[in-house]
Amino acid sequence: MSMEVWPLDVWLRVAEILTFRAGHNAAVVLAGATLLGIAAGVVGTFTFLRGRALVSDALGHATLPGVVLAFLLGSALGLTTRNLPLLLAGAALTGSLAVWLVQQVSRHTRLAEDAVIAGVLGGFFGLGVVLLSLVQSLPTGGQAGLGTFILGQTAGMTRGEAWTMAVLAGGAALAALALYKEFRLVCFDPDFARGLGWPVALLDLGMLALAVVVTVAGLQTVGLVLVVAFLVIPPVAARFWSDRLDRMLWLAACFGGASGALGTALSGAVPDLPTGAVIVLVAGVFFLVSLLLAPGRGVLAALARQLGLRLRLTRVTLLAGAVRGRPLPPRGVVGHWLRLRGLLDASGRLTPHGRAVAEPLERNLRRWELALRLDPHAVPDGTRWGVDPAERVLPAGLLARLDAVGDSAEAAR
Amino acid sequence: MTAATFLQLDFPAGLTAVLACSLCAMLGNFLVLRRQTLVGDAISHAVLPGIVLAFLLSGTRATGPMLLGAMAAGGIAAILIETVRRLGRIEAGASMGVVFTLMFALGVVLLEQGAARGVDLDADCVLYGQLEDVLWLAPAGWSALLDPAALADLPRELLTLAALNLGIGLLIAAFWSPLKLTCFDPALATAMGLPAGVIQYGLVLALALAAVASFEAVGSILVVAMLACPAATARLLTDRYDRQFWLSLGLGAGCGALGYALAGPLPLLLGLGWSLNAAGMIASLSGLMLGLAVLLAPRYGMLARRRGHPA
Repeated sequence: MSMEVWPLDVWLRVAEILTFRAGHNAAVVLAGATLLGIAAGVVGTFTFLRGRALVSDALGHATLPGVVLAFLLGSALGLTTRNLPLLLAGAALTGSLAVWLVQQVSRHTRLAEDAVIAGVLGGFFGLGVVLLSLVQSLPTGGQAGLGTFILGQTAGMTRGEAWTMAVLAGGAALAALALYKEFRLVCFDPDFARGLGWPVALLDLGMLALAVVVTVAGLQTVGLVLVVAFLVIPPVAARFWSDRLDRMLWLAACFGGASGALGTALSGAVPDLPTGAVIVLVAGVFFLVSLLLAPGRGVLAALARQLGLRLRLTRVTLLAGAVRGRPLPPRGVVGHWLRLRGLLDASGRLTPHGRAVAEPLERNLRRWELALRLDPHAVPDGTRWGVDPAERVLPAGLLARLDAVGDSAEAAR
Repeated sequence: MTAATFLQLDFPAGLTAVLACSLCAMLGNFLVLRRQTLVGDAISHAVLPGIVLAFLLSGTRATGPMLLGAMAAGGIAAILIETVRRLGRIEAGASMGVVFTLMFALGVVLLEQGAARGVDLDADCVLYGQLEDVLWLAPAGWSALLDPAALADLPRELLTLAALNLGIGLLIAAFWSPLKLTCFDPALATAMGLPAGVIQYGLVLALALAAVASFEAVGSILVVAMLACPAATARLLTDRYDRQFWLSLGLGAGCGALGYALAGPLPLLLGLGWSLNAAGMIASLSGLMLGLAVLLAPRYGMLARRRGHPA
């Protein structure tokens, strides 16, 4: 609904920001947000594959009390303006504490990890909200823009703050890539890694520590409520395109970086749009495109596969039926197509050419039918019944039995 | 403080907080036992665009459209989560993470765009609630509690929550044994012919209702805390499902009352001249309660485990 109310000059402004022509500040913010997206994509891919996707939800929310406590400490020490490094240090502290708590409590009590994540998230965020209301009631200082950390707002971000974000994000991405080999094994085969004597628990902790760094770097841009989206959506979108870790990392980094850049530019061009929500929605567009269009796992590919299989199975049953002397009237798309190709005549009988095509198909179908009767469990998953050539996809033992039974049936006839 | 001001301010707000807590705590039991607490987190965020759209379309804060919008959004979220999980062959957690954050972001953008055009609903209200807006203007004294005309004027949020408490409580009571079985042994429940899908979607719809009824008064974060903390605390204290249910209900309501008292009236009574955010205080208290249970629970706490049978 927002699209039609945005006039052309909004889009021109977006283009201006994206091409670094909107002033030095905007350029640094844009570069920082892009780096942040790349870091989130890379680190998020590892945490997603390790099954820790939603730990970052607790982590993000848990940074709020840290930010406010750091602010209170800062004002007690007499720092009047908001001191970013101090606030981010506070955020990192309580965020790490939350991650550690989730790990400890779900390991040492009967509670499952999901309950612990939700409990820690709610408790920490609640504490943050109480502290925030305390800050608001203080006579001095006021809120000092702490509220922008919740949903993200890049407007008014200083150059130094943008540099801080860029450096933190770049560092996290580089560290994750430096530990590529270790993280890969921990994600795919933690038991083997343990067998090699690798400190798996430490590597897990390191992975989440990088998630903490990304979260802290993203506080001003995506905000703490939605940072989990930045760590989850790009990797999941990448997952639709590839099974291979290196390709997933590239794709997730691209999706993340592009969402960071486009989202920042959009929220810079349109007033009253929280940056975090816009970035997440841009990432959501990449996700939706992947969900629909990715070859293999995408919705359209799955539908096409299903339709193709149905058409081929209909063709096989029609032609095999004709060979067996039970010609079906060639109705429907497949029937017409077979007639057009000259395989069937008007009454649904096989032409000589059609017989040459149909007889091997019928023999194959007979094998499949027999396989289903003899030993359905021996048919491997993922094979296409009646369509795939049996001698290529069925196990050798089953094939031998099929042929033995088939020969004796032939002899009996 | 006179009786009238208590009845006008603290009574409706405090009771609303307690009712929101008890409603979420009831539902939380099934989530904690079925290891689906994060479904509660997801649904409580995902209902936002439904609520905002209903609000923008109907132009009022009337309960009916909002409940419908929330239920529709909750249902869509549940279906999307399942679709993404199946198609992408990924774990449910990641699929939830994608769907609910996207829907929440969409809701926030709709809200801010609406707010820019003078719509009376904003993101702060969604996150922290507006308990101080829950007022009962009718009463002049204690007699109002027995006066039907004054009672009919109770705040809308309060009445909705009370009705939902009653309705969902009755549903749980009616289907207690099958619900218990699906928590205890889902495979057996399915084998016995209990409709797992109906129960799952029923739970999601109940969550959506609870989320929308609570969020206006106490915010979405309190919903997450209340779904998780009382039930998880009770789970650490007892093995019996019925005891766990009553215990979580009591703990949830207790947190609601105590948290509200600590945040609003207590600082005023002490003459401090300011008050704290009640929803946040209730959520922190429930987190503290869970933390204490994790450490000190007689059998399942970490200290008892360390002493009894070293892991």
